[in-house]
Amino acid sequence: MATEKLSIVKAINASLRTALESDPKVLVMGEDVGKLGGVFRVTDGLQKDFGEDRVIDTPLAESGIVGTAIGLALRGYRPVVEIQFDGFVFPAYDQIVTQLAKMHARALGKIKLPVVIRIPYGGAIGAVEHHSESPEALFAHVAGLKIVTPSNASDAYWMLQQAIECDDPVIFFEPKRRYHDRSEVDREAVPGPLHAARTVRAGKDLTLAAYGPMVKTCLEAAAAAAEEGKSLEVLDLRSVSPVDFDAIQASVERTRRLVVVHEAPVFFGSGAEIAARITERCFYHLEAPVLRVGGYHAPYPPSRLEDEYLPGLDRVLDAVDRALAY
Amino acid sequence: MTVDSTAARKPRSGKRAGAKKPAAGPDKPELVQLLTPEGERVEHPDYAIDVTPEELRGLYRDMVLTRRFDGEATTLQRQGELGLWASLLGQEAAQIGSGRATRDDDYVFPTYREHGVAWCRGVDPTNLLGMFRGVNHGGWDPNENNFHLYTIVIGSQALHATGYAMGVAKDGADSAVIAYFGDGASSQGDVAEAFTFAAVYNAPVVFFCQNNQWAISEPTEKQTRVPLYRRAEGFGFPGVRVDGNDVLACLAVTKAALERARTGQGPMLVEAFTYRMGAHTTSDDPTRYRRDEERELWEAKDPILRLRRHLEREGHAGEEFFAALEAESDALAKRVRDTVRTMPDPADTAIFEHIYADGHALVDEERAQFVAYQAQFADEESN
Repeated sequence: MATEKLSIVKAINASLRTALESDPKVLVMGEDVGKLGGVFRVTDGLQKDFGEDRVIDTPLAESGIVGTAIGLALRGYRPVVEIQFDGFVFPAYDQIVTQLAKMHARALGKIKLPVVIRIPYGGAIGAVEHHSESPEALFAHVAGLKIVTPSNASDAYWMLQQAIECDDPVIFFEPKRRYHDRSEVDREAVPGPLHAARTVRAGKDLTLAAYGPMVKTCLEAAAAAAEEGKSLEVLDLRSVSPVDFDAIQASVERTRRLVVVHEAPVFFGSGAEIAARITERCFYHLEAPVLRVGGYHAPYPPSRLEDEYLPGLDRVLDAVDRALAY
Repeated sequence: MTVDSTAARKPRSGKRAGAKKPAAGPDKPELVQLLTPEGERVEHPDYAIDVTPEELRGLYRDMVLTRRFDGEATTLQRQGELGLWASLLGQEAAQIGSGRATRDDDYVFPTYREHGVAWCRGVDPTNLLGMFRGVNHGGWDPNENNFHLYTIVIGSQALHATGYAMGVAKDGADSAVIAYFGDGASSQGDVAEAFTFAAVYNAPVVFFCQNNQWAISEPTEKQTRVPLYRRAEGFGFPGVRVDGNDVLACLAVTKAALERARTGQGPMLVEAFTYRMGAHTTSDDPTRYRRDEERELWEAKDPILRLRRHLEREGHAGEEFFAALEAESDALAKRVRDTVRTMPDPADTAIFEHIYADGHALVDEERAQFVAYQAQFADEESN
């Protein structure tokens, strides 16, 4: 029974349950995480089983949630905080960037901040404004934070276990449009390193690097390209801070072409950093400039337009064609 | 926005006499005071305190040494040994009174001006100077004295204190937590959110607001339309205004507030009504925004002078005590001076230290690049 097929929502729920069971210092806190089980039901049933003292419905104040989580961490707790939607994190941005990220260094290492901030992110769910954003680059720019994002249920389970065990603040971005995608989770497996990328499809003509919700899109693109005789490798980066540049480099040295795909705006996005570093590392291997596919420099559009804004199969394949044309 | 309607109406009616004590009721003064500026002991119905002569001398010594340390730091900044200093001049009673009210197992979350509280907690004064000299961002172990690092962004620490207090309550401990902040920070959303969380979870935290009348150049009127202590009422816990230049009142009120927190009665707001006698920091020039007359008015209420008057009036301390304290002050000042002047710069690789507890590949990569880059010059120098 070690392996079962779970949705990402259920895998995260199971991971939180495991953490709450194995460490009495683990707390779950956020808006509506208790009785309701969270607006996505990720924390369903946890308050019933672990009590209001450990699964905490908080006031609707994001800075307060993260700020008190810092205080709880200083007292020896390991809070796992939920920010209800990506676009709601900004009231807490000051606490995350100014306090959470810097306090360990400020104390010359004498205190630790094992706080996990879970954020459902990304679009394609037909939502109103502020419910579809991808703000990972805004956090990746800040030293002191670690940023990870699973693309499937198994990673959701294990990466959350590892994030909670980590003594550093970890922002855990959850691909909300994939919440109900089901895949096998082996709860007795030995997980690989939290920040290591994984090759999810091997190929030889070009590397697609993606994370979170775009991994599935890239796999679909690779399958479509295969029908045209193009062999695309797909890397699931899994971690945005740090980025596993060694894995990208190893792939690109073989395929000689790289396209980075994310929902977040391309301008100053994680793809820009990856393009710059891989160009530096693989200059003599590259047959084409590193191309990026992502959101535009525009506010996230009304949902009737989001299919045009978000990278889909065709836009990924268009970038692949352009890279292969060099 | 909530503005007390009676407070807003009173100026128009021309009847301002009653406005001085609106919330405390007709029988109680608005300001808790136990020691007048003339050094006379007075009683307050809610806050009795019994202090021995030895304890009085102790409080006096704390305030004198803190002021001397603070003055020495200002001088060291003027001499170029510190990049900046935030003086506590005038706020000694608020800090020593509240600081001495804490127990060892209580936890303190300061701003960047709580040198007197740090002194009470047993943090060596020289440890406070590293961040102002630029050798670190906080040079002490917070858990050694249950005294958190100085927080520069105003108000943030009110939430950390509240979260810590929520943890204390979860642990079933009978400790309390105290969060320091100022009149300027009272406008920060984080302070309001801390009030909300503390009230909702009945957290054992005392919010100690030193209203020193000035947030750099902005007077308290730019922060609030009601006396700050009355903000607590709207959040559902008591607030009290104490004479912040009266060390006994600050001690008594903070003790009562901490005891309240320890016994499960939840948070309390203490507004210590005091005055920032100096500049905001050594970079500030108060002559641009406030008048000397105001400072002179507050000089007459000096916290140290009033306790000295009391000690002398009651015969609790004589010339010998004051002379010995003067010598101790000189010795402290010399130790501070010597320590700062010989304080070494950190190794340049300290840039990359303690960013993460569990490491980070990019930090490792950049440290290696930095070391290699620096090594080029070492080779050139040795050749």
